Amino acid sequence: MSTHYGIYGGQYVPETLMPTLAEIDAAFRDALQDPAFLLAYQNLMHDYVGRESPLYLAKRLTAALGGAQIYLKREDLNHTGAHKINNVIGQVLLAKRMGKTRLIAETGAGMHGVATATAAALFGLPCEVYMGALDVQRQAPNVDRMQALGATVIAVKSGSQTLKDAMNEAIRDWAATAEHTFYVIGTVAGPAPYPEMVREFQSIIGREARKQCLDKTGRLPDEVIACVGGGSNAMGIFAGFLDDTNVRLTGVEAGGCGIASGKHAASINGGSVGVLHGCKTKLLQTSDGQVIEAYSASAGLDYPGVGPEHCFLADLGRVRYAVCNDEAAIHAFDTLCRYEGIIPALESSHALAEAIRIAPTLPHEAILIVNLSGRGDKDMGNVASWKIAHPAYHYEGIRK
Amino acid sequence: MNRLQRAFSLANAQHRPARVLFMPCGFPSPEASEAVMNTLIEEGADILELGVPFSDPIADGAVIQAASQQALKAGASLRKTLTLAANLRAKHPNTGLILFSYYNPLMAYGFKTLCQDVANAGIDGLLVVDVPYEEQNEIRPTIEAAGLSWIPLVSPATTLTRAQRLIQGCNGFVYVITVRGITGERKTLPPELTDRLDALRAITPLPLAAGFGISDYATAQHIGQHAQGIVVGSAAVHALQSGGLDGLRQFMRALCGKA
Repeated sequence: MSTHYGIYGGQYVPETLMPTLAEIDAAFRDALQDPAFLLAYQNLMHDYVGRESPLYLAKRLTAALGGAQIYLKREDLNHTGAHKINNVIGQVLLAKRMGKTRLIAETGAGMHGVATATAAALFGLPCEVYMGALDVQRQAPNVDRMQALGATVIAVKSGSQTLKDAMNEAIRDWAATAEHTFYVIGTVAGPAPYPEMVREFQSIIGREARKQCLDKTGRLPDEVIACVGGGSNAMGIFAGFLDDTNVRLTGVEAGGCGIASGKHAASINGGSVGVLHGCKTKLLQTSDGQVIEAYSASAGLDYPGVGPEHCFLADLGRVRYAVCNDEAAIHAFDTLCRYEGIIPALESSHALAEAIRIAPTLPHEAILIVNLSGRGDKDMGNVASWKIAHPAYHYEGIRK
Repeated sequence: MNRLQRAFSLANAQHRPARVLFMPCGFPSPEASEAVMNTLIEEGADILELGVPFSDPIADGAVIQAASQQALKAGASLRKTLTLAANLRAKHPNTGLILFSYYNPLMAYGFKTLCQDVANAGIDGLLVVDVPYEEQNEIRPTIEAAGLSWIPLVSPATTLTRAQRLIQGCNGFVYVITVRGITGERKTLPPELTDRLDALRAITPLPLAAGFGISDYATAQHIGQHAQGIVVGSAAVHALQSGGLDGLRQFMRALCGKA
């Protein structure tokens, strides 16, 4: 098996975890060859998650922008409100197959934690979710949801008390318990085979979107746009189009207050090569190799690393990685709410902002697909506090 | 016989395991670090593992995490660690010195330059916690080309066949992790540990140093019947944290059976 994507990826973990990774790798490959496993996954995607998710032409938004047609891949309509569940169901099916009896997960904004707690309830497995103590405060509604679903939320007080520290703590737990515990990683990062495994379970987004686009329009899109924190929703939708070399692929990183400010989460555009959480990737770090806390108004993009395959695709030039600052994301959030009656997650709003930026520069025949990776109910408080902190911002409709 | 192996032979000739002490560099502050390391050596450490503080130490328990964070806050860096090592080497020609680190700070320094600087500082070997066998080709040749020992880690999850591969070609010692999990003091060690050490001894002439969860003289002596060395980390850090240099001195005396 190949564990690397060019110079990125790999298995940079302590020796204690290496036999575990080999065990997961073997089980994963075996499962992919087993029609019963694949059928169980597909059935749950259909009956439990509610797939397939629609590919929706945002007509009013398109008309207002006066350029390319914007289609939204509605992952926000999935059970639990985001794409995260696709991956979690796959990994938990694998955990069951491997005979593991306990689940652990890390979570930042709480969406992956909620998805894992959901799958744990569905399969009757105990579940502990590590969450930075600061995030526990900032994302209280998701903490309540995880607890309601029967999971235990562990507030991590080490380091910067956010997502990266939650992931550190989950790895520490796992090193001691891997014989019976399965670590459900939420993004296309971590040691191999996790990036590949998460991409595989998220690739259902891209396969559906490609087919839906062909069915509805008779052709492939010109460009597919997705936000990138760790990058699982982006890898999932890109996977369907990587071989279609005429389809432009665009990942959008969180620019926070702007790359020049140093307060951002744009690992590809503003980071350098390093090793964190088991893989070699681009990181936000000091010149001494200490990892820096990421910043974004969107908690789900707030990660100092990024999936290794994204770094590889960036180097190859196959995917363009753009940056969207907080303000543009908030503007895109407001726009989708008012033009389409859809409240998008702040994460997904970054991808929308890029579509809003480029659509007017393209002819009406052009087709853009935006991965609307999650719904924004969870972000009402975040948007409100951002607006209070930025009183100069007023939403005045689409800017021409 | 190199300095590391000699440290084990000298200790074992005294019918005791070699004492390998881990301490984060720059803790409690870069200025105070040298006195801490000198105390460890003067009070019986045969080999020091000079810990390079890292923001995200996934293999470490709460005590070492907190110490590393404090060191970073106080201005610890890899450069200062190398200066510290050079000073220790000038003063203690026989003490084994290992640079103990996560990969990222080493990569940021520039790995080739680093190995030269590490060798020039008089350090004997490198242990990179998060570079397992599968990734070692990326750095091990550079380490060995600089005349440094690559220190392999063997865990309870490692099969003997795999252990043999990990140890292949090494010339320092083998760090045997006693328990699954992370660093930290533990009340008990797994009963199968001694058999495990005996089995590993049967496959390698290299000294074994057992670590994770060892913090007192009795355990050290017991483990010393099955391994040529013991590694102590969290307990020493804790002693320093709570009792300062005096506390550390007392801890070391107890560890050596002198208290």
